[in-house]
Order: sequence, then structure tokens, then C-alpha cells
Amino acid sequence: MNRVNKFNMRLSALSENESFARSCVAAFCLPLNPTLDEINDVKTAVSEAVTNCIVHAYQGAEDKYIDMSVTAEECGRLTVVISDNGCGIDDVEQALQPFYTTKADDERSGMGFTIMSTFMDEMLVTSEKGKGTQVSMTKFIRGARNADSRTDSSTD
Amino acid sequence: MQVNIYNKGIYTVAGLSGELDECAAAELRRKLDEGLAVPGVQKNILFDMGGVSFMDSTGIGVLLGRYKLLKQRGKNMFICNVNTQMDRILRTTGIYTIMRKVSV
Repeated sequence: MNRVNKFNMRLSALSENESFARSCVAAFCLPLNPTLDEINDVKTAVSEAVTNCIVHAYQGAEDKYIDMSVTAEECGRLTVVISDNGCGIDDVEQALQPFYTTKADDERSGMGFTIMSTFMDEMLVTSEKGKGTQVSMTKFIRGARNADSRTDSSTD
Repeated sequence: MQVNIYNKGIYTVAGLSGELDECAAAELRRKLDEGLAVPGVQKNILFDMGGVSFMDSTGIGVLLGRYKLLKQRGKNMFICNVNTQMDRILRTTGIYTIMRKVSV
């Protein structure tokens, strides 16, 4: 039996909430027995996704919201879905390229999605122009109690 | 974020502490750009990350921005005391090719 634990939160799109968002996910996944490196990977990826909402989706508008939905499964699969109702991405494939940024003048590195996909095991970005963007990321916590029972092919 | 700038040996050290994310970036840029533009700043600038507990790609942007500015003024930029999480980001983004990691 793979027990599933979930939480949802809605945050104002303010940069001071980044630290809160990543700490929440880190605390929530603790029962899966993650290593410190795994926790740090998840915190970094969450921070990248929330930054994207604030800086790109909403362009700094402070009356907007970011939705975060997190699922921790006993088998060790941690899924984080972060979505906004912002401007959307013109070309997702292009946005995923390392160093690609629409805000080079603001000293943006263009490495957000690269870091998310490197630090998590799976990442899926869906976006609709004028509607918003959703980033779904999965991390397999190796030391989870029932990790052996996982049937997923990504575990080996 | 806290920034502590001082001279030590061949380096002018910029010691950073706190969490380097979007929330901290603007203030950090200002503090660094003011603190490193004064007389007495040496040719080699060492960013001591020992007090930084978290950094994401916004931090990479800040470092790259300082690198460009400092390079224009003929300065070299080095980095030290990076934790495991930060080291992974710096390696993933190839930052070490332009600012060398040193141990002091």
C-alpha cells in the first residue's frame, strides 16, 4: 500500500514568500527520509519555479497568486506542481534552453529551468499564452521506507 | 543579506551571509556595487560564500553581473567557501570557468 500525503497552498506572488515556499516543501517531505542533498535539490527547484512566477509570469505585479500543490508518496515519489495565471510562455522549448532569458538586462542567468530539470528527476512545463504556466516536478527520494516497492522504472 | 568587505592579503574579500534568492538580490547588488567601488579595493576580489546558506539561479545572475562590472574595471573575481548545494549550482551553470574557486 502506497500511502499518499498532499498539501495545497496559495501564496501571494511576493519574493519574500520564496523562502517560505521552499521551506514548506522541505519540511513536508521529511517523513520520506530524504538526504540533505535531496532536500537541497528540492528547495532549489521550488525556489526557481516560484521566482519564475514572480519575475516572468507576473512581471513583479504584487496582487497575484501562485498555487503550489505537493504530493508525497510513501514509495518516495515527491511531486511539486507550481502554477500561475500569468502571461504564459511564447515558446516553451526555447525557454527550456540553458542561458535563454527574456530579461538579460536584469542580470537573469537563464538557468532556472535547467536547474529545475537537473535537480529534480522529472520536469514538465505546460503553458498557454495569456493564461498561465504550470511546472510539474518529481523527485524520487531514495531512502524512503517503501522505496523498494516502487514499480516505477526511474528508480534504478 | 549581510555583506562584509575588507582587505586580506592579495584579496579584497566580499563576505556574504544569508539566503541569496530573488528577495535578497536587489539589496545585495547595491551593497556590493557600492562597497567595491571605493578606493583601496584591490585587483583581486574574493567572494566568500561561507555564510550563504542557500542560493538559486537569481544568485548566479548577481554573480555574473558583478563579474561583468568588475572585469570592466580590470578586476579579477574569485569565489571560496561554497557549500554542497551552491557548488552544484555553480558547476551546473559553468560559473567556475569565469570565476575560479580558491581555498583560503
